[in-house]
Amino acid sequence: MRSRSPFIDVGVITVVLTAIGTWVVLTVPWLPEQASTQAGPMDTLYNVLAVISVFVFAAVMAILIVSVSRFRRRFGDEGDGDPIHGNTGLEVIWTVIPAILVTGAGVYSAIVLNDIEEPKAGTRTIVATGQQFAWTFDYAGEGVNKAGQLHMVKGTPYLVNIRAKEVLHSFWVPEFRLKKDAVPGMTTHVRITPNRIGSYAVVCSELCGLGHATMRATVKVEDQASFDRWAAEQRRNSPTPAGGAAASSGGGSS
Amino acid sequence: MTAAQASVGGPGSNMGGGLEGPKERSRLRALLLGPNLLRAAWVTVASGAFAFGLVVFLRWLQNMPVLEGDAITTVTLLAAPLGFLVGIGGFDYWWKWMIGSPTEPEDHSMHGARSWRDYFRINTDHKVIGVQYTVTAIFFLFVGGALAELMRAELAQPGQQIVDSNTFNGLFSVHASLMIFLVIIPIFAGLANFVIPLMIGAPDMAFPRLNALSYWLLPVAGIMMTASFLVPDGGAFSTGWTAYAPLSTDAPLGQNFFTIGVQFAGTSSIMTALNFLVTIITMRAPGMTFWRMPLLVWANFTTSLLVVIATPFVAGSQFLVLLDRTLNAHFFDAAFGGDVISYQHIFWFYSHPAVYIMMLPGFGIISEVISAKSRKPIFGYRLMALSLMAILVLGFTVWAHHMFVSGMFTWLRVPMMITTMLIAVPTGIKIFSWLATLWRGVLELSTPMLFALGFITMFTLGGISGIMLAAIPVDIHTSDTYFVVAHIHYVLFGGSIFTVFAGIYYWFPKMTGRMYDETLGKLHFWLTFIGFNATFGPMHWIGLEGMPRRVADYAEKFAGWNLFISISAGLLGISSLVFLYNMVVSWKWGPRAPGNPWRAMTLEWQVSSPPPIFNFDEIPQVVGGPYEYGVPGAVHAVMNGDRHKVAVPAGGEASAGEPGTGHGAGNGKGAGNGNGNGTVTRE
Repeated sequence: MRSRSPFIDVGVITVVLTAIGTWVVLTVPWLPEQASTQAGPMDTLYNVLAVISVFVFAAVMAILIVSVSRFRRRFGDEGDGDPIHGNTGLEVIWTVIPAILVTGAGVYSAIVLNDIEEPKAGTRTIVATGQQFAWTFDYAGEGVNKAGQLHMVKGTPYLVNIRAKEVLHSFWVPEFRLKKDAVPGMTTHVRITPNRIGSYAVVCSELCGLGHATMRATVKVEDQASFDRWAAEQRRNSPTPAGGAAASSGGGSS
Repeated sequence: MTAAQASVGGPGSNMGGGLEGPKERSRLRALLLGPNLLRAAWVTVASGAFAFGLVVFLRWLQNMPVLEGDAITTVTLLAAPLGFLVGIGGFDYWWKWMIGSPTEPEDHSMHGARSWRDYFRINTDHKVIGVQYTVTAIFFLFVGGALAELMRAELAQPGQQIVDSNTFNGLFSVHASLMIFLVIIPIFAGLANFVIPLMIGAPDMAFPRLNALSYWLLPVAGIMMTASFLVPDGGAFSTGWTAYAPLSTDAPLGQNFFTIGVQFAGTSSIMTALNFLVTIITMRAPGMTFWRMPLLVWANFTTSLLVVIATPFVAGSQFLVLLDRTLNAHFFDAAFGGDVISYQHIFWFYSHPAVYIMMLPGFGIISEVISAKSRKPIFGYRLMALSLMAILVLGFTVWAHHMFVSGMFTWLRVPMMITTMLIAVPTGIKIFSWLATLWRGVLELSTPMLFALGFITMFTLGGISGIMLAAIPVDIHTSDTYFVVAHIHYVLFGGSIFTVFAGIYYWFPKMTGRMYDETLGKLHFWLTFIGFNATFGPMHWIGLEGMPRRVADYAEKFAGWNLFISISAGLLGISSLVFLYNMVVSWKWGPRAPGNPWRAMTLEWQVSSPPPIFNFDEIPQVVGGPYEYGVPGAVHAVMNGDRHKVAVPAGGEASAGEPGTGHGAGNGKGAGNGNGNGTVTRE
């Protein structure tokens, strides 16, 4: 029997595994690029939770690894382990500390949630409508309706009102990190402030039938000038410029 | 109706009177009218014909076109299984009792199995039913697994290769439904069915006939769900196992195979849960107090409470869908004032507790295996039992965490997030207590123990990703992505299925009377462990990267990982063949198992393998806790004939120390169930 205390082994393995795990969590680009102001705090929350998770998992693995290597039955050993029935102090510790940890994580998450859903001054409104199997976008303010692409101005806060025609869909732009279901009979909302120029995809992420996997739309985040050019073009091509306003005040699906 | 009546009345009158005529004719009558698969077949067909006739007649009365496939199929789906249950003999005893035919409480003709044929007829022996459950669930594990392999084959490359998107949606819907309703839930019920009466020192379950009936509901549900692929118009149900309205209310006929199949699976699990509850409460051997019950019994007690409270909600949700579909009830039709979100609330009010229904019995198995294989008492036994109860209570307060992005009432999100995170506390208690049980033990790393240790690692990962999903901002990004797919498989495969494998290997000697092959068992473990992690580990990443779940096609950037996952899934499939080979060959040709190959202390190991037909020649007297490994001179129970040798300790000092030791004694007498040996005299 080795003389070194097994607790030291557990400590060393925990530290090593946590260090490796933290390095992996923080260096590998797990998430797509950030294209909204909301993505920043969300990713920070993700990273914090991931690092805590790495530590917890490393500690569990360390105890497991040391147990298996140190306390493994030797050939011919018919004996029993120590009859330890419990330890109230230890049990209190591993009830209370996780409780504090998860409550902390909950409070932090609630703060981030509040932060990303905060209404901002100068918010523009877009209506996104999901139908099997496409998205259309109405801009009441600009008189653009039934656009097949979502165009957004960089740095502008948006309130997207989401509707569904016949079944559930879900409006998700991975680069924005934001998602909300489209529900028949009601309007749901998501607040987005895009902050990175580029072209992304609206991904339908609620099973909606045969074409679910291909229900995509393009999001273009651009500057005001490009947006105005696009809006003007849309208005020229659109036969009913007033339709957008009617759509945004209408009730449920038709 | 008339056909069913005739068939049930048949055997009663058949057996009652003195039979005249040639012997062959009476044999033929017994074959056609006795409770067996042949009678089940023809009564099923007769019930189907009755359903057909009923629909045609009613539609004719209403001047509607009489031959309407959807209506006929739906009514047949309800009627034919009832015919099957009548035919197989599920109601024979009650029917005889009801019509005043002579019934015999001591009739054990349906008890025990003498040949493999006895497993294909109605049987009231909890050990036979346990095996029936387990084998049926393993059969559907392979069906569900095959569907998963088909999915992975399609997903190996972007674009459409082998199945169209409708078939693909059917594949994942049926896969999930089978794995949940036909594999994980019933396989735990099967193992518990076999083990619990033995563990608490009872000769059988409290309601053996109900037990038999609840088993036979299961193949009905499984065949119905699997058969939905044969529906000519639209194929299998394809709205996911969640069957969210209004997609499900507008779906083609195949959807009814789910909504109705769930009713049969759900009825089965409610009846079994009631049976467990009554058995555990009233049939414990003398001295078996609640604080001396093995943790598997605690786990199934808690699970049964969850099942009884929650399952009616999923039954209700699917009935509402069925009513919307068949009678235009408009519960979930927004255009007629229905509320779409309410479906999700009702559904998840069952389906989140269902996660614990699919996990708690596994916790029980792990406690048994780890204690016996570490040769140490369970660390913090009472807190282990109480944490199950905490999960039971908290489990009902978290359902809406499945709905953070559903557009529901926003206020509900934060409280549900906090309760969800708090569930990590009792779950963490269990993980830490298992680790503390391992600590300073004498660990025997045989197959059940490997699966138990594999479970701890995989389930810890699944729990951690669960915490991340509980954090609303993380969930907003990851819900309905492959991150969730990874999470549920770490919990339900790396979690539940690993415990199932641990349990099957652990009790294989007890159930079959044979030893399994240890080398093949270990090979199975390592192949499964590696295949599992290679399959589901990368899914975390592609989910975070932006791949939604439930898609037959995906963006080019996910192609590399998906190919890797599909190859790994192939390895995982191969690993299950090692398991199947080991089970089949060992059951037939394995070396004979001794009564207690693991030197375990719980009661099921104190009888022969397989156990005698009524489990105990004499109901044991429990005198201490179930896990007193390493305590000098400690015994869990005094068995046959040894009673005079050991003075029953008044307080059971070696146990968890409960003053009311003799508390369970009165219960033991009722447990006799007609077995004359069952009565106990107390010293």
